[in-house]
Amino acid sequence: MTSTTPRPSDSATDALSIDSAVVRDLLVAFVRNEVRKVGFERVVVGLSGGVDSALSAAIACQALGPENVLPVLMPYRTSSSASEADARAVSAQLGLTPTVADISPQIDAYFDRFADADRGRRGNKMARERMTILYDMSWAHHALVIGTSNKTELLLGYGTVFGDMASALNPLGDLYKTQVFALARAVGLPAAVIDKPPSADLWEGQSDEQELGFGYPLVDSLLYYMVDERRTRPELRALGFDDDFIEDIGRRVRGSQYKRRPPIIAKLSARTIDRDFRYPRDWGS
Amino acid sequence: MTVTDARPAASVASPPVPAPQPTTVRPGADPTDVVVTLAQIAPRLGDVGANLERHLELIDEAAAAGAALVVFPELSLTGYFLKDLVPEVALREQSAELRRLAAASASVDVVAGCVLESDDARFYNAALYFSGGRIHHVHRKVYLPTYGLFDEARYLAQGDRIRSFTAPLGAAQPPRPWQAGVLVCEDMWHPTAVGLLARQGVELFICPSASPGRGVVRGHALGTAGSYDSMTRTYAQLFTSYLLYCNRVGFEDGINFWGGSRVVGPDGRLLDDPAGADECLVTHRIDLATIRRARIANPLLRDERHDINDAETERLRNRRALD
Repeated sequence: MTSTTPRPSDSATDALSIDSAVVRDLLVAFVRNEVRKVGFERVVVGLSGGVDSALSAAIACQALGPENVLPVLMPYRTSSSASEADARAVSAQLGLTPTVADISPQIDAYFDRFADADRGRRGNKMARERMTILYDMSWAHHALVIGTSNKTELLLGYGTVFGDMASALNPLGDLYKTQVFALARAVGLPAAVIDKPPSADLWEGQSDEQELGFGYPLVDSLLYYMVDERRTRPELRALGFDDDFIEDIGRRVRGSQYKRRPPIIAKLSARTIDRDFRYPRDWGS
Repeated sequence: MTVTDARPAASVASPPVPAPQPTTVRPGADPTDVVVTLAQIAPRLGDVGANLERHLELIDEAAAAGAALVVFPELSLTGYFLKDLVPEVALREQSAELRRLAAASASVDVVAGCVLESDDARFYNAALYFSGGRIHHVHRKVYLPTYGLFDEARYLAQGDRIRSFTAPLGAAQPPRPWQAGVLVCEDMWHPTAVGLLARQGVELFICPSASPGRGVVRGHALGTAGSYDSMTRTYAQLFTSYLLYCNRVGFEDGINFWGGSRVVGPDGRLLDDPAGADECLVTHRIDLATIRRARIANPLLRDERHDINDAETERLRNRRALD
């Protein structure tokens, strides 16, 4: 669906405008600390040619040095050639040598058996195929998988669970897409990567904003007010957001909650994992 | 006078923090001078043994550089987001670990944080003041934040007293001990707690903290850092006392601690820029003469009307009883 004209007030724009230097320093320290704390030195990141993975890679480079960042390009035969060119441009700028793993043979071999599979099914399979490659590289190179999902995608559930949503650590998960763009500009990523329309590139001509039905600036400002400021429905309406749009986004957030949580466990004992057996992830690291 | 020796937060266990330069301690200064050191560290979560060794190293270094008091952050012996580790890392007052820390306080007073277990199996977020080889004062955190990213009251018991104490500061041999009070992190967000200590004559607020950094809106630096900046300056100025704010650094489960440890003078001004987000020792000289001057210039404590406060509090208590 398409909403009415975006009317985020000035304060929403202000609230979403981040202090890029503070955020960059925090994320660089986050990656350095979380990777080394668990005994690793290296990371692996899937470079799609898009802004999220480029930013994750850039942060990882600052944190660990380019020699410790392994970018993997995993095109499918229908992927846009511009995407691969952009991923290579990012690699070159960051001083990285990408590994290329074309997923076409394994995807095609699988779907030969399920020729009627729709593109959603194919897209999810590709995302999970890429995940298995990243985790294989993780083992091969003793490197942690860096995530690239931003807060907008995570809240909307616009990602494949156990696919592109899988990672060991994610520096971008608390940044809305518009904030990712701002930080990408601040760290000087190539303009081609920042200026093109965001796309999952799972099929030709795919575009996030077309598929979602709204633009990132509008949804980010609504999500900011809904999630970060916990504004009520009447308050959101008063801020100028269309009622149907509020309803749609609320439904997407609620409906994708399962993707953001570990699988549920049937409770039997007095101490069930993640329910009343609660230890920090850093336990023992 | 300041020494701020910064070093990377990641290398907790390896090379020692460079000792503050002895030249920072002016010879022949005011006889009421006391050198205090804030040990802004990144404790290892759940590893009391490693943290204890780190404390002992830094206590030695600070003492060698002339410090009379070394302050460590909140839960400095255990780390902060402990969750179910609380009973597993808890220490009793008579534990070997706390006895070793106490022994280290023979030559320099020390404030360190741990989970303190009582005989009736309550676990407190405690800040212990060691002096002269023993535990001199214990503050059990009263305000346990249990909202947002905090979950303290699920795991910990609430302290029930806010008391000042005399801080011997033995190594400095001041003409008289200082009157001090400890507030642990969230305790500071309750001005009544600060006021209670001030009313007991506190001239040195000791504030160990484990404050997670959050809020990255442009133009406001780090949101939490801004809040603590206001609070520490305001309290020091309104209560014309020194305030030692020692926050921790490092990450736990992806959550950063922003550091920014500082000493604020009784005029509300920082003695130097706050520390950054790396491990470091922050050393300053504080003295009673400065407090005296501040209280002459701003006799706020003299003019305080505790009688009105008491009468109004009593009235409110009685009214509540009638409700």
